Amino acid sequence: MTVTVELNSRKVTRNIEPDMLLIDFVRAEGCYSVKRGCETSNCGLCTVFLDGLPVLSCSVLAARADNRKVTTLEGLLEEAKEFGAFLADEGAEQCGFCNPGFLMNAIALFREKPEPTEQEIREYLAGNLCRCSGYEGQLRAILKFLEWKKERGHK
Amino acid sequence: MNLRTVNKPVRKIDAMQLVTGQPVYTDDIAPRDCLIIKLLRSPYANAWIREIDTSRAKATPGVWDVYTWEDVRQDGRRFTCAGQTYPEPSPYDRLLLDRHMRYVGDVAAIVAGETERAVDLAIKKIRVAYEVSEPLLDFRQAKDNRILVHPEDNWETLAAVGADNLRNLCAHDESAEGDIEKTLKESDIVLDRVYHTKACQQTMMETFRTFCTIDTYGRLHVVSSTQIVFHCRRILANALHIPKSMIRVSKPRIGGGFGAKQTVIAELYPAFVTWKTKKPSKLILSREESMTASTPRHEMEMHVRIGASKDGEIQGIDLYTLSNTGAYGEHGPTTVGLSGHKSIPLYGKAKAYRFVSDVVYTNVMSAGAYRGYGATQGIFAVESAVNELAEMLGIDPILLREKNMVRQGQKMPAYYGLMNTSCALDRCLAKVKEMIKWDEKYPVRFVGNGKVRSVGISMAMQSSGIPGVDVGSATLKVNDEGFYTLLIGAADMGTGCDTILAQIAAEALECPMENITVFGADTDASPYDSGSYASSTTYVTGKAVEQCARELRERIVALGAKILDVPAEAAFFDGREVIFDDDGERKSISLHRIAAYSMDGNTIALEVTKTNSSPVSPPPFMVGAAEVEIDLQTGEIKVIEFDACVDCGTPVNTNLARVQAEGGILQGIGMALTENITYNGKGKLYENSLMQYKIPSRTDIGHIHVAFENSYEESGPFGAKSIGEVVINTPPAAIADAVFHATGKRFYELPITPEQIAMSQI
Ligand code: FES
Ligand code: FES
Repeated sequence: MTVTVELNSRKVTRNIEPDMLLIDFVRAEGCYSVKRGCETSNCGLCTVFLDGLPVLSCSVLAARADNRKVTTLEGLLEEAKEFGAFLADEGAEQCGFCNPGFLMNAIALFREKPEPTEQEIREYLAGNLCRCSGYEGQLRAILKFLEWKKERGHK
Repeated sequence: MNLRTVNKPVRKIDAMQLVTGQPVYTDDIAPRDCLIIKLLRSPYANAWIREIDTSRAKATPGVWDVYTWEDVRQDGRRFTCAGQTYPEPSPYDRLLLDRHMRYVGDVAAIVAGETERAVDLAIKKIRVAYEVSEPLLDFRQAKDNRILVHPEDNWETLAAVGADNLRNLCAHDESAEGDIEKTLKESDIVLDRVYHTKACQQTMMETFRTFCTIDTYGRLHVVSSTQIVFHCRRILANALHIPKSMIRVSKPRIGGGFGAKQTVIAELYPAFVTWKTKKPSKLILSREESMTASTPRHEMEMHVRIGASKDGEIQGIDLYTLSNTGAYGEHGPTTVGLSGHKSIPLYGKAKAYRFVSDVVYTNVMSAGAYRGYGATQGIFAVESAVNELAEMLGIDPILLREKNMVRQGQKMPAYYGLMNTSCALDRCLAKVKEMIKWDEKYPVRFVGNGKVRSVGISMAMQSSGIPGVDVGSATLKVNDEGFYTLLIGAADMGTGCDTILAQIAAEALECPMENITVFGADTDASPYDSGSYASSTTYVTGKAVEQCARELRERIVALGAKILDVPAEAAFFDGREVIFDDDGERKSISLHRIAAYSMDGNTIALEVTKTNSSPVSPPPFMVGAAEVEIDLQTGEIKVIEFDACVDCGTPVNTNLARVQAEGGILQGIGMALTENITYNGKGKLYENSLMQYKIPSRTDIGHIHVAFENSYEESGPFGAKSIGEVVINTPPAAIADAVFHATGKRFYELPITPEQIAMSQI
């Protein structure tokens, strides 16, 4: 079947198998930030935006993205760098393998709730597993980033 | 000491690449035209392949080939997949494809084809007739059982580890000091308990994966997510029966290892396929395969006897460990040693100890290396026993430890008789006591709604590399304009070793971090390194980097002096210039110009390689305390606070050390509470996905606080010891004791589940 997807603001039309998963579609298009960590929708590594909202690309058929917008971290590089720098300053990226999915969902959180509480942060990102960091460094990075944004907003 | 780069929170040099999702991992850089490999796995725990018909599978369009045991000589030399220094203590008990299936998940056939779809289809078309035998599933019954996991003639052991395949024994060992029986008999009180820990999974987020190509010279190039490029080269040569010179192994970024990738898991199959077909191929293990057919922690049963005087002086510790290595012996003989040698030495006052161990084969997935490597299990047992002893004696568990813990300057008989050269364990204990507010919270408080909060504590130690065995090397060279390249064979698996080794180089060369670029790890180009495991990289390889930098400085001075035409002994290097200053006669030349000169008619190599190995392995120490909240009705339990203090000598990178500790602690909490391993009666593992095998999410934990109390280890680089593994060791015993304080029930097996807690209250 043929699908047309607006992938990171670029229209791509491809002939695909009907059972192709969105994760395999975007990786085949060179969006390697999207990772697979499980087969059971548990890890969150594969998070992308479908029409601006976070979805698990391992659990969405590529066909479902027909005529819709798909965004991966490759399409959000500026935001990724801005927030990612805070992660880097905490050393909270260890192996880094969970980071793209985590950043996608974190960016979704910041858009949806610019001033989340600590509990809201934990709950929103509960589906993003990380085996390396113990999550504390990620939390510190988020809190410092939000603080910085707030200060910048005031100026 | 005035440090400029070491002991600072330096950003990881690959940080921005990682956080922006750049394609730096194995599957991101694999050629697009790789043959896809999948494996047909045995559904039986103990069976022989009577017949295997691959004709229909081979005829599937897009399938390149299918391989079975018929393609591998069954009487050929066996090998081990354990990444260890040759001759490996792990027995040579594997074939690349074996007719004998020894666990549910053992590989029966390899299928390679052009697309995943073709390969999936082909796998379904393979017909296997198995001769099914009764499996040996209970590791307590394994020794001298009539069912033999390895009855074959070509089973082999290279080291004297007490292995005997005809007894299902992968290893046996005994060590002792003093007369333990007499000491226990003379003790006022003897605690005698049995503990059980399960085969927990490393669960790194990137599953096992490898791709292979044939290079310009017809050699096999293996690109793999591995911690051990050099061992991997040897293991593959053994497995394929080809010369080591025909293999090159390199690793890109690794999505976590925790020891899992210290064993060759995925590499065998693409190496075999590419060598046979001369086509690029890749194998990405699914999460299910990673959980059912890899090498997790060794399941252990530990029988502890501790003798003490009435006033709380620990007299002697007797430990027997039974370890389950599963179907193959990867890391079997070595992990078990740590269960005693890295738990008993925590108690320096003991007059006698004895440590006996057996490691047995069974028909479950093989065990292997996982952060903590046996110490985690042993420390759970010994520290739990000490906590119970404190209760029996009516002494605060912290006080009991203050009385008995090992201190700097003591000899540690159970730790290979080595001296405790740097130790801030006492300060760590004092610090954690204060962090958790022990005196306020110990042992338990009711907080209403049927909930209680309680605390528990544990100490821990590990090592810094394998003494007299591990080798770390570094090459440093000067490039144009005076930037340096650091070549290493150690593998950064997310730990940040590329960064911390660069920090050590920058410190010793008095230059900014930006002046050091890092290359690693590649068997063709890196200097030899055992690999990144056994908490060795900072201590062993780090020291090699320091020595290397110091020698390179001498070279720089020699060349600078030559250009300046002054005697080298009278010149020095300040990180920027070589300077000659003799009673007011001052001459200098910049590194920038020396570098240019070195590439123009020069004969002094501005490149140094240094290799280091250490006869000692100074242990890092740690104390951890858990505060848990338990709902006594439902048994629901949550660690609301975990406070820990680490002595890793000088932390080379303060940020990375902290995050290592936080991550390790949470893994330990998972082991204590949620990460379960259960098999059905036929040897099939139930927890085969992230759905069933529950690693902690960020809502499962309150806060983890980590502090550092530094000792200074003279033999380490800038005073450093290791940190990577010790950090997983404190949660199990600390949490188990907190659960006891809340419920009045002691748990001797992990994980401690809400069901068990709730049932204990009925
Ligand atoms: S790959 Fe794990 S949730 Fe999608
Ligand atoms: S950084 Fe490794 S899994 Fe999160």
